[in-house]
Amino acid sequence: MMRIECPWCGGRDETEFHYGGEAHIARPEDPDALSDEAWADYLFMRANPRGVHAERWMHAQGCRQWFNVLRHTASHEVVAVYPMGAPRPDHPETAA
Amino acid sequence: MARYSILSLARNALTGHRDWPELWRSPEPKPAYDVVIVGGGGHGLATAYYLAKEHGVTDVAVVEKGWLAGGNIARNTTIIRSNYLWDESAAIYEHGLKLWEGLSRELNFNVMLRQRGVMNLAHTEHDVRESIRRVNANRLNGVDAEWLDAEGVKAFCPTISISPDVRYPVLGATLQRRGGVARHDAVAWGYARGADARGVDIVQHCEVTGIRQVRGRVTGVETSRGFIGARKVALVAAGHSSVLAEMAGLRLPVESHPLQAMVSEPLKPVLDCVVMSNAVHVYISQSDKGELVLGAGIDSFNSYGQRGGLHVLEDQLAALMQLFPAFSRARLLRSWGGIVDVCPDASPIVSKTPVEGLYINCGWGTGGFKATPSSGWTFAHTIARDEPHKLNAPFALDRFTSGALIDEHGAAAVAH
Repeated sequence: MMRIECPWCGGRDETEFHYGGEAHIARPEDPDALSDEAWADYLFMRANPRGVHAERWMHAQGCRQWFNVLRHTASHEVVAVYPMGAPRPDHPETAA
Repeated sequence: MARYSILSLARNALTGHRDWPELWRSPEPKPAYDVVIVGGGGHGLATAYYLAKEHGVTDVAVVEKGWLAGGNIARNTTIIRSNYLWDESAAIYEHGLKLWEGLSRELNFNVMLRQRGVMNLAHTEHDVRESIRRVNANRLNGVDAEWLDAEGVKAFCPTISISPDVRYPVLGATLQRRGGVARHDAVAWGYARGADARGVDIVQHCEVTGIRQVRGRVTGVETSRGFIGARKVALVAAGHSSVLAEMAGLRLPVESHPLQAMVSEPLKPVLDCVVMSNAVHVYISQSDKGELVLGAGIDSFNSYGQRGGLHVLEDQLAALMQLFPAFSRARLLRSWGGIVDVCPDASPIVSKTPVEGLYINCGWGTGGFKATPSSGWTFAHTIARDEPHKLNAPFALDRFTSGALIDEHGAAAVAH
């Protein structure tokens, strides 16, 4: 089981959290203006790296706040926790 | 290929079984092939076998970064069935089930197919309606399916509890009698042996690190053992599909997750069918060795780690205790995880790609084992003819652009 550092409540077990998938996917401002390919890319295509992954978590059984996490998808190591809306922090090991 | 028979068994008994030939060679990779298949799991080996057998394409290499059949083909719970809801899925999975039914004879290798029947339980009114709908859809597609009420479930599987005094009592089940289990290793080994005998090179411990293209056309793969040229490259890498696709500049609608399974200590025969429950969420069968083989849903997060959280196993064991209180005394022997590539519509991708000469077979998610024969069969057709067979045409990569998704979250029977 992973331990995740909630920015508000501190370190808790993974079971308290809800996973929200890849972070930083912004809904297009004007979907009608997009090509089918661009819309499919927004809806369905995902980075899915083997390496450091930027992803969203929510502290479902605590403060119920969403936040972003950089986590390694092979080691499961959490390397950074940062607020929603903040840019992805620099990390030496970029996404594979 | 030395055929197995009662005579070969007797002959080898005379020499103390020391002279059985190896199942496949371990050749050095040649500088180039017609087709390089990336991934030596069940689907990759089946693809190689059907390329050689059905299409006469024998200048083929299967390159595998680990050892042959060490990934999901060795990690699944071996359940085989074809009772999917939509026409497209029923067709491809039923084609697979028919191939399964002749596979031991075809491969001259006992894959130990046991058609014990697969029950998918219903625990709520909604489950009951959906299940009966699926039985009807299956029958219209020529897939054997029956609806059992709770008493029927108990008669078919006396070990199960149909007590009404639980939160989600068993109200009934769909039954596919032709469903069952097979020996997962034997499937991979049988396909590998058959492909090797037809001239396919199986190259283990050879990791693909790049996909070389010239003007939008594939020319080969960079590997840990040097460049291997290829007119066509076929990616069949399950959980690592996104990593390989990125080497070719492609993004996939796939996310990789751990899927865990576990077995108990061996018990006397106690369960002679496969039982699956979406609602309380566990699936179980008993192996030929007597172990109870269990699985359930994926871990929620993206991972390539081949392991998951203990709480996921606890959840499915809680479900098991409701369905089979008698198993509460069984001790678990081990658990493990595999990395499954999950598509948004819980259906696979068996497809050409925007890159000429590059083909991809992925997204089987939690249910790829049952599809091993039809996945290989349709993918081989797609590679050899450079166009999909009508069975896999609906499972193209561009369905995510066209919107023609094939939503099988219900029939997939595994939460994702």
